[in-house]
Amino acid sequence: MSSFAIETVGLNFNFGQQAIVKDLSLQVPKGSIYGFLGPNGAGKTTTIKILLNLLKSPADQVFIFGKEINSNRIAILKRIGSLVEQPAIYGHLSGKENLINRCLLLGIKKSKADEMLTLVGLTDAADKKSSKYSLGMKQRLGIALALISDPELLLLDEPTNGLDPNGIIEIRNLMIDLTTKHNKTILVSSHLLSEIERTATHVGIINKGQLLFQGTIQELQLLNKPLLEIELDNVGEAATLLMENGYEIVAKTDAKISIPFVSQKESGTINTLLIQNNFTVSSLSLQRKDLENLFLDITKTA
Amino acid sequence: MRSLFISIYSEFYKSRKTLAFWASILLPLIICGLITFGFYSSSEKILNLHQPPMILWLRYISAALNVMGILILPFYVIFMAFSVNNIEHKNDTWKSLFAQPLNKFSIYAAKYIYAVLLILISLFLFAGLTFVFGHLLHLLIPKYSFDQYDPSSILIKFYAKLFLSSLGILSIQFLLSLLWGDFLKPMGIGFIGTIMGIITANVGWKYAYLIPYSHPNLVLHSSKSATDVSTFPIFTQEIYTSLIYAAVLFILGYFIVLKKSIK
Repeated sequence: MSSFAIETVGLNFNFGQQAIVKDLSLQVPKGSIYGFLGPNGAGKTTTIKILLNLLKSPADQVFIFGKEINSNRIAILKRIGSLVEQPAIYGHLSGKENLINRCLLLGIKKSKADEMLTLVGLTDAADKKSSKYSLGMKQRLGIALALISDPELLLLDEPTNGLDPNGIIEIRNLMIDLTTKHNKTILVSSHLLSEIERTATHVGIINKGQLLFQGTIQELQLLNKPLLEIELDNVGEAATLLMENGYEIVAKTDAKISIPFVSQKESGTINTLLIQNNFTVSSLSLQRKDLENLFLDITKTA
Repeated sequence: MRSLFISIYSEFYKSRKTLAFWASILLPLIICGLITFGFYSSSEKILNLHQPPMILWLRYISAALNVMGILILPFYVIFMAFSVNNIEHKNDTWKSLFAQPLNKFSIYAAKYIYAVLLILISLFLFAGLTFVFGHLLHLLIPKYSFDQYDPSSILIKFYAKLFLSSLGILSIQFLLSLLWGDFLKPMGIGFIGTIMGIITANVGWKYAYLIPYSHPNLVLHSSKSATDVSTFPIFTQEIYTSLIYAAVLFILGYFIVLKKSIK
């Protein structure tokens, strides 16, 4: 049995002549929150639709719970809950009726509908026509629809779209709860890294249909090497001195020098070296490029 | 089988508050009601013709049949085929429907069967209401002597035939509405088809039976020309053609659904 909930092997997908997904090899471990990141139009939604077999993938390229998707469509879909793009809701039905309709299709008890309404905080609007819902309420209903069958794997395409800060925090907590307490696996797409950073255990970054990075969130942070920023007088001479002592200068301004951070002890050594050579050091600080910039760098350079 | 059944039930659940569903009940109610009212208010004129009960019944039945068969039935079928598919187009729910653990055939067939059921319900009500309202008319105006002839077998045969003749149109329109999310394309094609059907059936073109839109018209024409109204055959050329169209297009539609990518 594969330890991956989702595995794609060199997945390619075209719309006509246009390649949307190129040689994509996703590996989503069971029990993880996999942040699927990329700018708009990177191929995230297409990939999610392939994972739901809404778009036909070539044989033997997509495996869900170790099973090939095209030949196990129904068995796989039974274990997946999904929210793709805008939530798919029947506008002329109330929120509750939308959920009951899904219960009918899945053969589950109708009482589950009320449970889900409570979970996403829509109990008060249960009998309101869902076309009258606000964007955030529709999104909540979409999440309720995805969760109603208690699936092992959730595919959520930009689930916090249109939610207010409170709603965003609730969804985040819900996702963490589902994976830690209920052992679910979640693939969540977003174009905002800051969004993913707070929940995801694993990250995949996609741009123009290609996977640029895949690994744990810690591995992503490692990519992002911290810098030691030194503020001092006489920057020019100090830079020469540091280079003579084998340090690499990453950046230099009128008042600051940045070098790669190694350890706290090493920072101390550098400080001593500078002071012994009569430089006045006013500050030493650890600088971490925020992930948002890193994300931009990664997607730009590709 | 179970997934087909729950899909059909879900179609009912989704549409039970829409005009499409209620139209299948209201349409026969309104048309039969209007005709009955006409026969009630101008009863003297009609009774002055001194026709036997059977001819009176036929007059009464054909009033609804003519309106229905010539114009309303084709448009009603076009509208039904449109609305069962439009409920998914409009709400952008094809993707969530096909992401459910149900086989694609059930989802597709359930929609088709549901559209067929709506037409069946409507035509059944037409037959039933004609019968009931006829007897009601007789109670109000006993001179109609509608009790002296039993029209049920004629009613059943006519409406059964109309039902079968509408399946060809349904299948074409169902496919068009499945492929296109907008109203104008299937409606426009349906409209042109219906006009063609009416013209070709009325001028008695030899190959009119090849156009599904002419089938309801042909049914009325051929039955009228029959020597005895009560003994006309049900399975005639246009009915066979309608059924063949329906079967072929239904299968074709399934292969389109299988191949179709849900964007």
